[in-house]
Amino acid sequence: MTNHWIDLKNSDCILIMGSNAAENHPISFKWVTRAMENGATLIHVDPRYTRTSAKADIYAPLRPGTDIVFLNGMIRYCIENGLYNDEYLRIHTNAFCKINGDLQLPEDLDGLFSGYDSATKKYSKSTWQYQLTGDNSNIKADDLDDPECVFAILRRHVSRYTPEVVSDICGVSVDKFLEVAGAFCATGARDKVATIMYAMGWTQHTKGVQNIRAMAILQLLLGNIGLAGGGVNALRGESNVQGSTDHALLYHILPGYLPCPTSSQQDLATWVASRALPTINPGKSTNYWQNAGKFAVSLLKDYYGEYATAENDFAYHYLPKRYGDHSHIPLFQKIDEGVIKGLIAFGQNPAVGGPDAEFERNALAKLDWLIVAELWETETAAFWKRDGVNPRDIKTEVFLLPAAASFEKEGSVSNSGRWMQWRYKAVEPPGEAKSDLWILGRLGEMLKLLYRGSINDRDKPIKHLSWDYSNTRGDDEEVEDGFNVHEAARRINGYFLEDVEIDGTVYEKGTLVPSFPSLRDDGLTSSANWIYCGSYTESGGNLGTRRNPDNSKDVSGIGLYSSWSWCWPVNRRIIYNRASCDANGNPWNESKKVIWWDGAAWQGGDVRDFGTSAPSAEVGAFIMTTEGIGKLFGAGLADGPLPEHYEPFESPLPGSGNPIGHGQKTNPVITVYHDPCDCTDYPYVCTTYRMVEHWQAGAMTRNLPWLAELVPDAFAEISETLAAKIGVVTGEKVRIWNPRGQVTVYALVTNRIKKFSINGREVEMIGLPWHFGYQGLAVGDSANSLSPRVGDPNTSIPEFKAFLVNIEKV
Amino acid sequence: MGVTRRDFLKISGVTMGVMFCPSFLKDARAEQYSWTLKTTEGVETTSICPYCGVGCGIVITAAGGTMINAEGDPDHPTNEGALCSKGSSLFQTYSDPAGKRNTTVRWRPPRSNRWFNIPWPLAMIMMAQRIRRTRNRNFTKKDAEGNIVNRTEGIAAMGGAALDSEECHLYTKLMRSLGIIYLEHQARI
Repeated sequence: MTNHWIDLKNSDCILIMGSNAAENHPISFKWVTRAMENGATLIHVDPRYTRTSAKADIYAPLRPGTDIVFLNGMIRYCIENGLYNDEYLRIHTNAFCKINGDLQLPEDLDGLFSGYDSATKKYSKSTWQYQLTGDNSNIKADDLDDPECVFAILRRHVSRYTPEVVSDICGVSVDKFLEVAGAFCATGARDKVATIMYAMGWTQHTKGVQNIRAMAILQLLLGNIGLAGGGVNALRGESNVQGSTDHALLYHILPGYLPCPTSSQQDLATWVASRALPTINPGKSTNYWQNAGKFAVSLLKDYYGEYATAENDFAYHYLPKRYGDHSHIPLFQKIDEGVIKGLIAFGQNPAVGGPDAEFERNALAKLDWLIVAELWETETAAFWKRDGVNPRDIKTEVFLLPAAASFEKEGSVSNSGRWMQWRYKAVEPPGEAKSDLWILGRLGEMLKLLYRGSINDRDKPIKHLSWDYSNTRGDDEEVEDGFNVHEAARRINGYFLEDVEIDGTVYEKGTLVPSFPSLRDDGLTSSANWIYCGSYTESGGNLGTRRNPDNSKDVSGIGLYSSWSWCWPVNRRIIYNRASCDANGNPWNESKKVIWWDGAAWQGGDVRDFGTSAPSAEVGAFIMTTEGIGKLFGAGLADGPLPEHYEPFESPLPGSGNPIGHGQKTNPVITVYHDPCDCTDYPYVCTTYRMVEHWQAGAMTRNLPWLAELVPDAFAEISETLAAKIGVVTGEKVRIWNPRGQVTVYALVTNRIKKFSINGREVEMIGLPWHFGYQGLAVGDSANSLSPRVGDPNTSIPEFKAFLVNIEKV
Repeated sequence: MGVTRRDFLKISGVTMGVMFCPSFLKDARAEQYSWTLKTTEGVETTSICPYCGVGCGIVITAAGGTMINAEGDPDHPTNEGALCSKGSSLFQTYSDPAGKRNTTVRWRPPRSNRWFNIPWPLAMIMMAQRIRRTRNRNFTKKDAEGNIVNRTEGIAAMGGAALDSEECHLYTKLMRSLGIIYLEHQARI
């Protein structure tokens, strides 16, 4: 989230799209409701009428996988009706920046942007680039009518997305679409603000990133980013999925969003340069990633300590180099192919949660060994004894390690709003259960022991791994077998490794770094994650433990709670908050001001995200972009500089054409692992979803009697029209299948689901909760037996939200 | 400082308890006893809900090393004491009425149809040996172009969205140092 949960109360218009927040993030509605009590409008756009829809002022349906049509339609509506904030556009976005004159759009190239290579299925992005001056500054248009400027390009691109086209492709009425667009775009007014709450309903598509990009464009046009009650807010589904992402349990990154090195990056400088890109608009743009080298070296100093020296490039080659997409889908592909022989899974259950789940379960049988650390015996741990397989046929050796629960250990989790919150140990874990910290710590120690005598260069990263977490400060820190979670937290923050003088202050060796501006690229500091540098300090202690409800600095009452816990970066609760002010430093909305210029200095309750310099129309607020301004148009993504609608990998529409009016039906740059289902044989759209009684792959809820009793069985939601067609009533069972698998579940016939009318063709949809599996108290067939192995070309997130099936009564 | 919501609830609770003291109703006495246990014998610790990403505050009460209550933290500014159905059920992750928690280290040999309990030290050495063997047999120092790549494609690691951040730090650090490039978790799916 750019903002945080409490901040939702400051919004004038809340759009929930790609999320069922009332059900899946119930406490968020405390703050949505607070906003509504203050007069805010709540809009829900979703394929299903849900608990969120029931609370909304406006509900609009749309067919799964057509969000970009709806959003591009809103962008068009905003532009054509002049509802954008033109001063915000001028200061904080690239609206006026001129783009290469050779750029061509999908309307020119039958659905493709310029630069597409059909052999590699990739874009060359040379025509997507800015026109720059000799000093690397943007060349800007005099006005927004200049056809080479970003704004005019965007306007031309979205011109095809008329309300009638939106209606035809999404299956929403023109009137309902205009009602949504009108309410949301009204917040382009200087003193109004809208927010977006989205979740997996946007990310789990073959154009997931472009869904979010479309909304970011709209929020920039309306001047809604950086303000209280605004921003672009991802609702994260696990208690620490923010923290685990920050700490880089993902193939493509290292902690703090440093990129994972690739094979061709053969030295530290080349790797760092891939993150610290040259500044556009020097003197005006902060381009904070220029500091990436300090963060990278400080990370390596934490990892390898004294063995990371200037002479050996700070042990840069101890890090493995990636060469391609090593994400979830190819990971299981490689297990299936026999390349990956051992799998370690801590608290993840792919036998239920992975796409094409039966494929993944079968792949597990090809492993030599599998290590699972869990509170429960999950489907993944027990894959070898599920129905239909003979354990004697499965060679995989399996370890199931008992893990401690959240309240049986100490440590921090980061919520969606980036708040790092400390949890204490309330009770001992049961039996032999241990914290994951202990398990990983001891496993690392054992590996170091086994490699101790090695003289092979290959083994140096283990031999030289800095793995001492026994340091303690005070009696209240529990050190179990040499592992102290507080020391881990301090190492994440970082230490001075020698006496260091900064601006006249001497920081002694062995003391904690106060904040990331003090990190260095000469090896004198360590920090295992620069964005958390400042979370555990000499002056403040462990800031994630703070429980000070004092909110007196929050002069405009926007609910900052700056003394409660700590959030990254530098306890800034609303990021890009410079954009909450105009060129003179005056807040767009005085009553909800975040920071402001008082004529001599910046004031405000939140930590401002730039230096102390006076306000200027020349200095943009987006300090992490190379150009310092927000990108309405950007060359960063694999599938286009602007969002274009493509049908899901499995579309319910026949033929090879795209209903937007060109010949490129699906996203041209996706990686295909198997054939799609055809809509002739599998005519029904299936979408998977979650519910409040269960959680993710189900182990954490289907093993608890209270929750198992609330929703004991798997079911499918179907419309009254589809139920009549296949002759089923609620409580009877249906079989849903495609070539990947089948599920047999109860039918729930409901008018919450209605058929869509798409270009005059009727399309039925089936909703399937995906929490179920064959272990635990509440068991049922897994919806992911049906989902495809295909993902977004930028993130590789699978398309769980729109695929094809057939259905019959059992 | 004024009275916090939490203090207010405590004061109200005590007042209620006093009101019920002379009560002749059995369940009212039980109510009062339960309150006494929680407030005078219990030790409270604060926690954060392990389910979704809202990060609601939870207060856990333990007495004699046993958890006796888990409820929404009334002082927490985000949830103000409220919890959803999942957070409200956290107590059962501890009490585990169905006996489903993993409490032993289990090992399933190849082609076996059952688990065997093994001690932690044995599990540690067995796992470390398998990791070392697979890594050593599947390690690439240089790729076909001669680049130093120091990676293993023989091992993948996944998981972590429910781990604490400090645990994620150890996980990433150890797995990357083994040379693992197939490192993934729930943020992808």
